[in-house]
Amino acid sequence: MSQIKNFTKGFVKENPVFVLLLGLCPALGVTTSAFNGFGMGLATTFVLVSSNIVVSLIKSQIPDKVRIPSFIVIIASFVTIVQLVMEAFLPDLFKALGLFIPLIVVNCLVLGRAEAFASKKDTLSSVIDGLGMGFGFTFALTLLGAVRELLGQGAIFGYSFIQGDGMLVFVLAPGAFIGLGYLIALINTIKKTE
Amino acid sequence: MAKKESSFVNMVMTLMVVTAVASFTLASVYNITKGPIEMAREAARQLAITMVVPDFDELMTRRYMPAVGRDSLEFNYAYKNGELVGVAVATYTDMGFSGRIRAMVGFYPDGRIVDVVHLEHQETPGLGDKIEKGKSDWSDQFRGLDPSETVIKVTKDGGQVDAITAATITARAYCDGIRRAYDTFSNHVLNDGGSAE
Repeated sequence: MSQIKNFTKGFVKENPVFVLLLGLCPALGVTTSAFNGFGMGLATTFVLVSSNIVVSLIKSQIPDKVRIPSFIVIIASFVTIVQLVMEAFLPDLFKALGLFIPLIVVNCLVLGRAEAFASKKDTLSSVIDGLGMGFGFTFALTLLGAVRELLGQGAIFGYSFIQGDGMLVFVLAPGAFIGLGYLIALINTIKKTE
Repeated sequence: MAKKESSFVNMVMTLMVVTAVASFTLASVYNITKGPIEMAREAARQLAITMVVPDFDELMTRRYMPAVGRDSLEFNYAYKNGELVGVAVATYTDMGFSGRIRAMVGFYPDGRIVDVVHLEHQETPGLGDKIEKGKSDWSDQFRGLDPSETVIKVTKDGGQVDAITAATITARAYCDGIRRAYDTFSNHVLNDGGSAE
């Protein structure tokens, strides 16, 4: 598989949210607005790339039976670093996302890529896989967030163009499931026609 | 490169090294970010104080226990040329939809509310977060109210505060926090002749 294919597979063909159905907890939880989805996607991308690098570098030093605990410690460390750095230097973004950052640890997308990809491949491929999957995840979260913000609040990236409220159900949890369901159906249709 | 064998010694050593390196890294990052995090929190507190009291040149902070509630409230007395011009009370409520809501309530020395700004909350984005100044002008209705005359409760509970559409619980909680601030304020400031001593 060429590196370009390795990178682009995360967007549609193996999109982590729409096709692999990984990391649904943050995908449903934080996507109340396009900006929240975007920020969460970028934070996850950073953790994904960092943990992929470290895991692919030390994979031969980790005995098989303790690989999962080791991976989790590595991922959790990067998540805490993101949290501390964000609170210190980007307090506004932290205000919006702070609650969701610890959720990255339990995001099976990060552990899934460490286990399925980085622990078997070389470092360069792992970085590209992390970037591709991370951007695919960001793309999915931003898209879902934009749909929910548009329908729920009549706004996009915080820029409102209606008075009052939209369809409030899309801001609440059920709207996340409804929106995600329709987006998955849409992606499946696109994949079939290709 | 051959995989390390899953022998007992190898597993113990690996986990020890991984956790030791992780702890060391986290401790270093914590040390670096500690200062900026405290500065960001302090800046947010200072900004909230200046938003809810009139112009001042001296600030004095004391803490009082409210009649109801587990934690003490922080009273920031604002003076201008030696005269008390307002008190910013950092209050809280545990009646929110998800977790504690913290807010800064400013009072004139006679007990009228100057303004209210939120400090921290985890309410539903798009609904409960309308208590934030930037998201909606809902919290502006508290300006100039005198809690000894106006009942700070949502209209559903027999008060005179309009609730937020689809977020009555959040609005109710916010009123609870403001009442906690006012009751404590009235015990310690109004009934003590308006002085901090």
